[in-house]
Amino acid sequence: MIPGVLLPAVPFAAALIGLVLPLKARKAAATVAVVGAAAALIIAIFLDKSDKSRSWLEIGDLTVTFGARVDKPAVLVAIAVGVVALAVQVYSITYLADDDRYPPYAAQVSLFTAAMLLVVVAGDLIMLLVGWEVMGICSYLLIGHDRRLPEAPAAAVKAFIVTRVGDVGFLLGIAVLGIGAGTFRIADVLSHDYSATTLTVAGLLLLAGVAGKSAQFPLHTWLPDAMAGPTPISALIHAATMVAAGIYVVTRLYPLFTGTVLAVLGVMAAITLLLGALTATAQDDIKRVLAWSTVSQIGYMAGALAVGSTSAALFHLLTHAAFKALLFLAAGCVIHAVGSNLMSRMGGLRRDMPVTFWSFAIGLGALAGLPPLAGFWSKEGIVDAAHHPRGAAPEWVGWLVWLAALAGVAITALYAARLLRGVFFGAASTHGHEAPPLMRWPVALLAIPSALLGLAIFWPAFREALGLEEAHFDAWVLLPVALLAAGAAVGWRGVPTVPAFARAFWLDEVQHFLVVRPVRFAARGLRLADEAGVDGVVEGTGRTAVRLGRRLAAAHRSGLPRAATAVLAAAVLLAALGVIL
Amino acid sequence: MRPVIPYVMAALLFGIGVYGVLRRRNAVLLLMSVEIMLNAVNLILVTADTTARAALPHLDLITPHPPPPTGQVFALFVIVIAAAEVGVGLAIVLQLYRLRASVALDEVPLERIDA
Amino acid sequence: MTAADVLLLGLGAVAVGSALLVVTTKHLVRAGLYLVVCLGAMAGLYLVLTAELVAWVQVLIYVGAVVVLLLFAVMLTRAPIGASDDLDRPGWPAVLVGGGAGLGLAALLIDAFRWTTVDLPEAGTAERLGSEIFGSWVLPFEVLSVLLLAALVGAIVVSRPDIGADR
Repeated sequence: MIPGVLLPAVPFAAALIGLVLPLKARKAAATVAVVGAAAALIIAIFLDKSDKSRSWLEIGDLTVTFGARVDKPAVLVAIAVGVVALAVQVYSITYLADDDRYPPYAAQVSLFTAAMLLVVVAGDLIMLLVGWEVMGICSYLLIGHDRRLPEAPAAAVKAFIVTRVGDVGFLLGIAVLGIGAGTFRIADVLSHDYSATTLTVAGLLLLAGVAGKSAQFPLHTWLPDAMAGPTPISALIHAATMVAAGIYVVTRLYPLFTGTVLAVLGVMAAITLLLGALTATAQDDIKRVLAWSTVSQIGYMAGALAVGSTSAALFHLLTHAAFKALLFLAAGCVIHAVGSNLMSRMGGLRRDMPVTFWSFAIGLGALAGLPPLAGFWSKEGIVDAAHHPRGAAPEWVGWLVWLAALAGVAITALYAARLLRGVFFGAASTHGHEAPPLMRWPVALLAIPSALLGLAIFWPAFREALGLEEAHFDAWVLLPVALLAAGAAVGWRGVPTVPAFARAFWLDEVQHFLVVRPVRFAARGLRLADEAGVDGVVEGTGRTAVRLGRRLAAAHRSGLPRAATAVLAAAVLLAALGVIL
Repeated sequence: MRPVIPYVMAALLFGIGVYGVLRRRNAVLLLMSVEIMLNAVNLILVTADTTARAALPHLDLITPHPPPPTGQVFALFVIVIAAAEVGVGLAIVLQLYRLRASVALDEVPLERIDA
Repeated sequence: MTAADVLLLGLGAVAVGSALLVVTTKHLVRAGLYLVVCLGAMAGLYLVLTAELVAWVQVLIYVGAVVVLLLFAVMLTRAPIGASDDLDRPGWPAVLVGGGAGLGLAALLIDAFRWTTVDLPEAGTAERLGSEIFGSWVLPFEVLSVLLLAALVGAIVVSRPDIGADR
């Protein structure tokens, strides 16, 4: 049994080694990265469930501890992170074969893995925050990896700033909790007796961070633009792991969330769920479809949390990690073969790329919730939890989440069918080819959990680890299946593109108007004030001194008559003063 | 004798001398105005000497001694110095005339320094 | 009003008047001649004030040497015969400072002496002055001799370009 603190340490060491490798050492970088990811996965499987920590820093009255808190859900999430990270590292070797900055990329992916694993096993809120922030930095660096793309730097900055806005709230929430308990250790924070107002305030602040990191309304605008990053990054960070970190933190600190906070979370979840699904129906870029789909699915997980079922949320987190990673990596194969992201340029690819086609089909089926694939079971769990809500949130939240989830099932099936048809069926406008082996195998292997992970619900150890109830079938099960069929049929036939959906209800423009423009205006004003005011004072002092000096020098150099006047006038004045005073 | 009369004359002469120094452009005229100022000072010295000698008592040692005419001695010294000053000043003015062909004092340029 | 007062007033008026003409006339040569009148009136004033040696030294040196030097300079600097227009700078600073100095001094002296009267002492003879100079003031006398020598040498050095510091 391996202690929990080792889990983030190994990929971190791999990242450090990778960062000092020269740019030409591709093989060495690839080896270090894959070995680091594999080692992390093995350690995750053999993790010691414990909650050991020791005091590390004392800041006034507050104690920051250093240690790992590993329980069964943490182990499962760690394994999921390890699997996806390993798949992405292997896949990237081929996907970035013609990229000359591959070694730093691989090292940054290892660093990201270390940060995510730190968030998973952290026993202290400050350590969790450290992992949280390092994930943000890695996301920024990796989105902007391809310097040739013109939209990549702007997308990286947008991702960083929007999540930063949420992170401010997250930091303040942690501060409130830590100051209230006198220590940042999670076990102590969970057992501390806070007042209801403190909990609500802290919960709402933490929700800001969750909304940012997990791309929930209203801080969701960064995720579709983040698709400018390489596709394996989209798979790892923006589908399977980082965006799930917010959900994971809520499950970690679940006892602290009051009813008000959960109600807010529920409303956010419902809006996000429908927003993401509707927008995905109108996108042409297949990565954007998958990005909006991620937004929507995380809305499902948030909805499950709002109605009191952390187990359903975690189950969907695990299945989503599998099938979303699969979908992104398979999409990467398609993009690699066709050379474009746009669905309108694709069609009829199923004959040229059979392995990719079947993997993609399985992934989309899991996404839509087609029985018996994994997504069906986890989504069913969420719908069921919404139908019979528990927990602190008021009753109307349950109704809201339930209706939104059901509507979401239909719309998800709609866009999944549309995507499948648009890429793989129909008239062939281009020709593809099957992907190279290092790209094909991770895709094929990820298809297995996408198909079968749902059946783990019948395995008692798994159920007990997540806290799930036994699967039971009643008539209500048919409702989502029927909605799925209807949605798929409509999507297959084809729907006209609604402009509001295509523009994501113009929320990007609203954000630009309400936030970006005033901030830029204020920044411009500040810069002008700095240049005119502060610089003006500094330069003005210099200029004035020089001018004064020149005038004095000119006075010095005045001719005899003027000098004589000055001397005699001063003498008369002094004499007069001497007489008077 | 009322000493206020020569005193006021001297004051007026001094003022006229200052006016001349500041008003005249020609170097020689400026020197003339300076001479007027020096003469005003001399007049004050002599008048003060007269007033002081009239007020001071005679020293009575062996023979009665009148008080010394110190003011007149100073006046002589001032005359000597003025003469020396005029000599040197006029030498400079003539040299200036040789260099610039003009003795107008506000045309002496100080901003450019020619070798 | 004694005779001395009348004489003082008259000679003083002449001195002041001619000094005024010196500083305001447009004729350069006439300024020199007005200066002669002024200096002569000063000598007369000294005589009234029983400073006989000073008066004669004034005539000898001032009127005799200094004014002659000034007239020589006027001639050597090609002064125009007749009126010249460009002899004066702006008048207001001169009036201000000159008027301030003169009137201020006058006010001070009037305030100090008012209309008091002083008896004229006996005349200062040459013997008296000589014993005073070579008695109490012998050191300044010697220094003045050196000063005259320095002025002489300086005037020569300034005037002749072939004598002087090596370039």
